[in-house]
Amino acid sequence: MSQSAALSASPPIRRAGAASPGDRIFSLIAHGAGLFVLVLLGAIIVSLFIGGLPALRAFGLPFLWDSDWDPVQQVFGAAVPIYGTIVTSVIALIIAVPLAFGIAFWLTELAPAWLRRPVGTAIELLAAVPSIIYGMWGFFMIVPFMASWIQPPVIDAVGDIPVLSTLFAGPPFGTGILTAAIILAVMIIPFVAATMRDVFLTVPPVFKESAYGVGCTTWEVMRSIVLPYTRVSVVGGIMLGLGRALGETMAVTFVIGNTNRISASLFGPGNTIASLVALEFPESQAGSLKLSSLLALGFILFVISFIVLAISRLLLRPRSGS
Amino acid sequence: MSATLAAGPARDARVADQLSRRRRRASNMVKLLCLVATGIGLAFLALILATLLWLGVSGLSLTVFTRPTLPPGSGGGLLNAIVGSLIQTALGTAIGTPIGLMVGTYLSEYARGSTLGNVVRFVSDVLLSAPSILIGLFVYEVAVQPMGGFTGLAGSLALAVIVIPIVVRTTEDMLALIPVSLREAAVALGAPKWKSIVFVCYRAALDGIATGVLLAIARVAGETAPLLFTSLGNLNWSVSLGQPMASLPVTIYQYAGSAFDDWVQLAWVGALLITFGVLALNIVARVVLRKRT
Repeated sequence: MSQSAALSASPPIRRAGAASPGDRIFSLIAHGAGLFVLVLLGAIIVSLFIGGLPALRAFGLPFLWDSDWDPVQQVFGAAVPIYGTIVTSVIALIIAVPLAFGIAFWLTELAPAWLRRPVGTAIELLAAVPSIIYGMWGFFMIVPFMASWIQPPVIDAVGDIPVLSTLFAGPPFGTGILTAAIILAVMIIPFVAATMRDVFLTVPPVFKESAYGVGCTTWEVMRSIVLPYTRVSVVGGIMLGLGRALGETMAVTFVIGNTNRISASLFGPGNTIASLVALEFPESQAGSLKLSSLLALGFILFVISFIVLAISRLLLRPRSGS
Repeated sequence: MSATLAAGPARDARVADQLSRRRRRASNMVKLLCLVATGIGLAFLALILATLLWLGVSGLSLTVFTRPTLPPGSGGGLLNAIVGSLIQTALGTAIGTPIGLMVGTYLSEYARGSTLGNVVRFVSDVLLSAPSILIGLFVYEVAVQPMGGFTGLAGSLALAVIVIPIVVRTTEDMLALIPVSLREAAVALGAPKWKSIVFVCYRAALDGIATGVLLAIARVAGETAPLLFTSLGNLNWSVSLGQPMASLPVTIYQYAGSAFDDWVQLAWVGALLITFGVLALNIVARVVLRKRT
């Protein structure tokens, strides 16, 4: 910007930059690359939609709420995986958000200065662990743990209390919706915590100092100064976590139990869009209705996560401005 | 609250004392919970790493690196998976990095404040967090089906799509940190814009851009879902880009779910290798970045 202004303002000097073919080529490549990103996003949407079109044509709009998934009868509906995707992600958020908030609060206000960096880095590394590792670890560690230590006592404890007994019913296999949600929660904690920490740090110190000055406790400063000031971005960070959870594949595939049935129990098995696609894809013939249904599911997942991520971006706006 | 604060201490010291004690107790309670939350987060990382070390190290031997995957019981290794992962990660990074670099340059040098630039930035940010399995499906649609089969090349393309937004973000952020005076100095010497970008800005931002590439490598090296539909995995030795190609994450996926103890053991070894490799890359990237800030 500033250099082009400088150039146009000084025509008598050798105008090396203005007309140089190298400049034109470089600018063309840069603009082309920028447009390429837009084309890429468009191509992803269009290719998933076209791939899913035969299924959408065959089943119509009821594809969205039909709960049958029967490869033998060639009947496919998206209700079960959509339900599983949303339920696991929402439960994951319910678990992850308080923990992430606690971590962010601790890292910004409470931790001794020398601990902030190493602990912050360690939490961020949690985000770097590949999702297949979470799946494998969940399958070999969390599933047996749930099966022997969590599920049986909970099932016993809720006994025949009306609502809870349906929510926590079923044989304690260890797998299921809740187990998947717990693994998802661990996976999204670092994203939500890192965003919250970064926005907490944007609060002008003067605001906090004034609050401390009138005698507020640390928690009161957080609740009445920091949180209101950063509210919008905090929600943006939570949405970012949600976006991550919705599309998580390998970790969920290992532990969710993979059943195409909506079970009322959180201990019951289920499926998410991503886990269903990962599992059923290898068994689908190219050009089959099943493959098309999977691509249609992919399209639906893309639309859902695009909306969530777009909201998150809009709420976390400041980055683009400066 | 301010009303009680004003009225309390003024009237009765005992009430004031009680109130302040209650407020401090609430604050301490929250502090404790935050400490517990951080502890839980760290405990998960420690548990995962401990599990990997516990179950992975015992299977670590030279044959893991010298022999390809073999049928259960015949003492196979992970050589083809490791080589396949290296090839696809390297090729994916090699394809994605220049594109990401140019997009980042476009955003930072050509599109400051323009609407199109904001849209490109927004789309790139969405792609950064988009489910990677969908990128696998996309590449399946546009590369695997037309080419008539799963190939290592398709796997590399899928990884390249994931690399692009990561490199875009760090490149743009790092170029934005370059002081304007540096660019002006280049322009004052009569350098065309492209030269000032390539020889001045890139050079000044080199370690930052390299960090982005390292993080991108770390991210794609552990990707499984996009490779399932593109390079598929291959239990035989093959380094041809025109054939299905093995990779560590996909092999871990196949082995971990199998019923054979030696395969599961190899899956843990693979998990150990990939996790510590990825974490090491992340730490190196952070150290590089810390030096500059």
